[in-house]
Amino acid sequence: MLTLSAELQARIVAHARADHPDEACGVIAGPAGSDRPERFIPMTNAERSPTFYRFDSLEQLRVWREMDDRDEEPVVIYHSHTATGAYPSRTDVSYASEPEAHYVLVSTRDPDQAEFRSFRIIDGVVTEEDVEIIAAGGSGSGGGTVGAGGGRVPAAE
Amino acid sequence: MAIELRIPTILRSYTGGAKAVEGSGSTLAELLSDVDARHGGLRDRLVDGAELRRFVNVYLNDEDVRFLGGLETPVKDGDTVTVLPAVAGGRT
Repeated sequence: MLTLSAELQARIVAHARADHPDEACGVIAGPAGSDRPERFIPMTNAERSPTFYRFDSLEQLRVWREMDDRDEEPVVIYHSHTATGAYPSRTDVSYASEPEAHYVLVSTRDPDQAEFRSFRIIDGVVTEEDVEIIAAGGSGSGGGTVGAGGGRVPAAE
Repeated sequence: MAIELRIPTILRSYTGGAKAVEGSGSTLAELLSDVDARHGGLRDRLVDGAELRRFVNVYLNDEDVRFLGGLETPVKDGDTVTVLPAVAGGRT
């Protein structure tokens, strides 16, 4: 299961909306071994494409070194699909190389409702997982768990 | 002095868990062959025929070797070569 704050979820969706119709991509880093996504790092899609994404290689080197220095790892790797659903494509699966990461997919094909889903991708096998959203302030109210199959995030007013 | 080769998590099964190994050579191709002699199979994960695999990024110090000379990029003692998995995908 992926546990994520409502704020970080909103930032992923906002990045995906901002770059639409191109695919957006990025990372949420967290302390190594914690499985806690904490530090939002939007990345440049070097392809600037509606059908493909690739982290800019030099930006990736910088960000990966920074994570190493801070004893962090990429807890979440996210990207958007802008005309299809939030499910990993064959290309996504063939590139997936972080067995510990949560692969988050956001679909922006519907302008009113973003589809938000999370997957593990290990040795080419895709397994969807639940997403638990923690409300801001940590009071526990307003959040909720979304079962595998996907949550929908309404467009901001 | 030697050349340091930094290994990403997913390939550390080839290095007994080590984050970095050392090797020698005058080009990236020679370095990878030298390291492969002690960590068999690693080179195959990085190289396909005469090219680097598109699923990996290889850096010489701060530069992507794709913008240098690829596998023929000259390397020397004291250099650091870093391997990272490319993060990419697409619609289909």
